[in-house]
Amino acid sequence: MSRTITYPRSRTGASGALGLVALAAAGLYLGYKGSRRSEPAPAVYIDDAPRRTARGARDSRRARGQAVVGRSVTINKTPREVYDFWRDFGNLARFMENIEAVSTVGEVTSWTVAAPLGRSVTILSRVTEDRPGEVIAWASTAQSDIETRGRVRFREAPGGRGTHVEAVIAYTPPGGAIGRLAAGLFQLAPEVQARRDLKRLKALMETGEIPTNSNRKAA
Amino acid sequence: MRALTYHGAHDVRVDTVPDPEIVNPRDAILEITSTAICGSDLHLYDGVIPGLMGGDILGHEFMGRVVETGPGSTLKKGQRVVVPFTISCGQCFHCLKQQFSACDNSNPAEKQDLTEPLFGHALSGLFGFSHLAGGYPGGQAEYVRVPYSDVGPIVIPEGMEDDEVLFLSDILPTGWMAAENAEIEPGDTVAVWGAGPVGLFAVQSARIMGAERVIAIDHHPRRLELARQMGAEVIDYSRTHVLEALREMTGGIGPDAVIDAVGMESHGFAPDSILDSAKQTVGLGADAPHALRMAIMACRKGGRVSMPGVYGGFADKFPLGALMQKGLQLRTGQTHVQKYTHDLLRRIQEGQIDTTFLISHRLSLEDAPTGYRNFKDKQDEWTKVVLKPGMAAAA
Ligand SMILES: NC(=O)c1ccc[n+]([C@@H]2O[C@H](COP(=O)([O-])OP(=O)(O)OC[C@H]3O[C@@H](n4cnc5c(N)ncnc54)[C@H](O)[C@@H]3O)[C@@H](O)[C@H]2O)c1
Ligand SMILES: [Zn+2]
Ligand SMILES: [Zn+2]
Repeated sequence: MSRTITYPRSRTGASGALGLVALAAAGLYLGYKGSRRSEPAPAVYIDDAPRRTARGARDSRRARGQAVVGRSVTINKTPREVYDFWRDFGNLARFMENIEAVSTVGEVTSWTVAAPLGRSVTILSRVTEDRPGEVIAWASTAQSDIETRGRVRFREAPGGRGTHVEAVIAYTPPGGAIGRLAAGLFQLAPEVQARRDLKRLKALMETGEIPTNSNRKAA
Repeated sequence: MRALTYHGAHDVRVDTVPDPEIVNPRDAILEITSTAICGSDLHLYDGVIPGLMGGDILGHEFMGRVVETGPGSTLKKGQRVVVPFTISCGQCFHCLKQQFSACDNSNPAEKQDLTEPLFGHALSGLFGFSHLAGGYPGGQAEYVRVPYSDVGPIVIPEGMEDDEVLFLSDILPTGWMAAENAEIEPGDTVAVWGAGPVGLFAVQSARIMGAERVIAIDHHPRRLELARQMGAEVIDYSRTHVLEALREMTGGIGPDAVIDAVGMESHGFAPDSILDSAKQTVGLGADAPHALRMAIMACRKGGRVSMPGVYGGFADKFPLGALMQKGLQLRTGQTHVQKYTHDLLRRIQEGQIDTTFLISHRLSLEDAPTGYRNFKDKQDEWTKVVLKPGMAAAA
């Protein structure tokens, strides 16, 4: 059975920056278990903070031409509800600023990501880990324009506050023409883009709509 | 439609702009019947709040008639409603705790980039304010789009005048929350800096909450006279040493609670406030907390500091030592308006709270720029300006 669904571009889409799914490129996947080979684990863990928040972590990755973006948000819904929403990948176009269309054929999902000057980039991805209510991970396929890996975890938040959602995406800016195109996508710091996308997801799930100060419907 | 728009410091104009329409399912559109100018608008008018853009429609104290509703709105066409200036979703963690002005969802994500570095967290959305608070078009206009219209607006029973209920949108709940934050106990003496609309409602609220004495501090005779009508004793800071006076009026104890209803543009001729306004003029993001400093110095040991006055940046010479050594408690915030509107509407209906005493001028929307100028420059006489879009402009 294969299904193909195409969703309209998210209404808030304005910037040409890359969204969470598509913080893409020659796929080094850092910072999560199973893929730490490119970032040797320190001998002694000094604290319980996420590794991406370590002092100097960002600089040392940047020096190696790699980037990891990770961001968390708390959503007042159960882990299963947030997982289900995310797992239906078409929904991601509703809250990720620059995803133009998503379609799934068999096991491969195709993402059309807005690029500057009216162009777009296609990313093909396959789910690599899938535990309902807990985790979804994905990696781009060899046929993808650019490569990326990502993982999103859903955990029950303390105090009955819903779900602690944590998304981590790794990428290395690629070379060549596509690389230059992809580089142009980073009009926003990836951290900013990640926060915006997760905040929109939160608003959409909690309130059923994405807030806007616009007084008129988009033309 | 016609709307009051910002063009730069001390330059606001009534322009023709596109009418608002329903954008999100829970929206409603109001036809504005009354809309006021607030002390917070003066901070915007003076250009001391960052993040305002040319063409922004101002106004966050407004009411009107529902003319259009989205499928998710619970309002009905024709209903008269007052709208809280804080935009709140009603469903996030903060809204469910009734911390409506801390709503996590109402500020569009793309408007939050600056406040996280500036304040540590994004702010909620506010009408007619800075883009740091969402940049939502305000209500000094013929029409306004109201997001989450199933949560914020309060329906007004027929028979009540606009002027009786308009201030439920902001300054009445703000004065009320200021008094609540002062945690008044029977027998308390409460000192209130600023006898503007917020200070005057704080005076009235403190009395209702059981303060035995309220002392209001300002330098405008007419405003101080209004404070007296509300049951306060008054100090004119242009004639009197406020700290000495408060000490002597309280037998050396000091007020049990102090309320700063002045905010970031506190005036005065003390050296600290001259330095502060010099910094504001060159745009250093510095607040001018002269009144707050004095309030903290005056407050009795173990007392409470309530700060409804608005601040946006950093403060110099903040008396941190006095705060700590005297064991004071400080509470502040944009008002959680939705938490108070129903209770306050009832108190107005029962005649316990009077709101109309405050209004000194009613103008047409077209005359809004005059209203701003005079509310700023002739504060003594112009205590509160209400704009009526339906009224003909003064010739
Ligand atoms: N927290 C909130 O949600 C909220 C809501 C509304 C207004 N506000 C803020 O409350 C403050 C007051 O609002 P308003 O509408 O009454 O403003 P306003 O400008 O009409 O009144 C301020 C008053 O303070 C007096 N004043 C100035 N310097 C003083 C000093 N050093 N000592 C004593 N009095 C002094 C002025 O003479 C004036 O009468 C503003 O900062 C406003 O932004 C906060
Ligand atoms: Zn106000
Ligand atoms: Zn909320």
